[in-house]
Amino acid sequence: MASVMTKHISEQYDTELAQIRELLMEMGGLVEQQVNNACTALINHDVQIAEEVRDVEARLNQFEVDLDDRCVSIIAKRQPTAGDLRAVVSVMKVITDLERIGDEAERIARMALTLADNPIPEDQYAIFRGIHNNVVKMLNRALDAFARLDVENALRVIRDDADIDRAYNELVRHCIGKMRDQPDEVEMSVSLMWAARALERIGDHAKNIGEYVIYQVKGQDVRHSGIERPN
Amino acid sequence: MTQPRNNSMQSELQVHDLSLYYGDKQALANINLTIATQRVTAFIGPSGCGKSTLLRCFNRMNDLIDDVAITGTITFGEIDIHDQRVDVADLRRRIGMVFQRPNPFPKSIYENVAYGLRIQGETSKSLLDERIEWALRSAALWDEVKDRLKDSALGLSGGQQQRLVIARAVAIKPTVLLLDEPASALDPISTLKIEELIHQLKDEYTIVIVTHNMQQAARVSDYTAFLYLGELVEFADTDSIFRNPKEKQTEDYITGRYG
Repeated sequence: MASVMTKHISEQYDTELAQIRELLMEMGGLVEQQVNNACTALINHDVQIAEEVRDVEARLNQFEVDLDDRCVSIIAKRQPTAGDLRAVVSVMKVITDLERIGDEAERIARMALTLADNPIPEDQYAIFRGIHNNVVKMLNRALDAFARLDVENALRVIRDDADIDRAYNELVRHCIGKMRDQPDEVEMSVSLMWAARALERIGDHAKNIGEYVIYQVKGQDVRHSGIERPN
Repeated sequence: MTQPRNNSMQSELQVHDLSLYYGDKQALANINLTIATQRVTAFIGPSGCGKSTLLRCFNRMNDLIDDVAITGTITFGEIDIHDQRVDVADLRRRIGMVFQRPNPFPKSIYENVAYGLRIQGETSKSLLDERIEWALRSAALWDEVKDRLKDSALGLSGGQQQRLVIARAVAIKPTVLLLDEPASALDPISTLKIEELIHQLKDEYTIVIVTHNMQQAARVSDYTAFLYLGELVEFADTDSIFRNPKEKQTEDYITGRYG
């Protein structure tokens, strides 16, 4: 039961819980920006943006450390229970996923730097672009569902992950075909596959965030429960 | 009202439609719950919610208060504890009680634990010695007092006195132990010792504990009942109550929110 609307007797406790949620949202915003910038750098062969992504990564790590510390402090001082406990546990889990999404964005930025001297022809990006757009939407929806404790949207995120996986598999097939036809472009195809793989992983992390929303609101652990398969 | 979902539990005490009035004032309203055998059941709730009153019903301690009226039944094994044929002294021997403040008698440590046995007519020195060592060991106090059994119980620390009182209660081998805030007057270390003791005692006894300390309820109990204004709001296994309570009133109380 998410009775986030009722105030604690300790106002300070309310403030502490609100702060970790706000910081998490701030971290989420930064992560979204990283994913977008990394993909833009890759598609547009933009070295400058790719380097920016690598610089910002350090800030994300700082967010992770700071937020973890605040959560541990709340547990130590307040011994949260029920909805509060689930809120703090969910935040701690989401921090980890966001940090890993940041790592994947950095990986894509690295690919962008690798490919900068040897750009992939524009038409090769069609599937990649599609995955990118869907992953960005999915991540945005996951963070929005977390902010609003919106179970419906969280479920949608969980289900959308299957589409990402399908598109990724299609891209892999396409790249393998390319490698066969144009062996001299193998390096390029491998880099694109790595970048797409990073996006696919980001989709998995967004799905995890959706699962923590459901845990926080309903107290149910839906991981590995097959909930993503529509009835 | 929610009942624990565990069907395999054996019931020691069954409360059915229990209401209690102090004069005109209703203190308990239609309580229904089951106390599981050899498990720890905790009653939590704000002051005045009726949790101590309910606890005191189990061994008819409320009989000692004037102007109390009770309706509904409490069944202990096969018997209705309010049945006129019930010997209240015998009931209290089988359902022992420990209070908030340790209340040792102004006697030696040995005599405190021997007290109930002597009342039952036990005179054999060797049997008394044996039972007293056993009771003091059960209460995790033996090692601290074995060399000064003849000393006054009043010289013990608060935490030791409370464990002595528990030893006195278990010496007569009751079936049920009622603990009314047994650790609220104790320091944190003594509190942990009492909690550890409760954990060990449930192998042999059915325990019902009233506590203001919610984390204590979470740590020591298998089932938790949340009472509010004389009503049983929610009763479930302790994990569910503290992780995912069903009722908003329970959630507000255990998370420290305004109800």
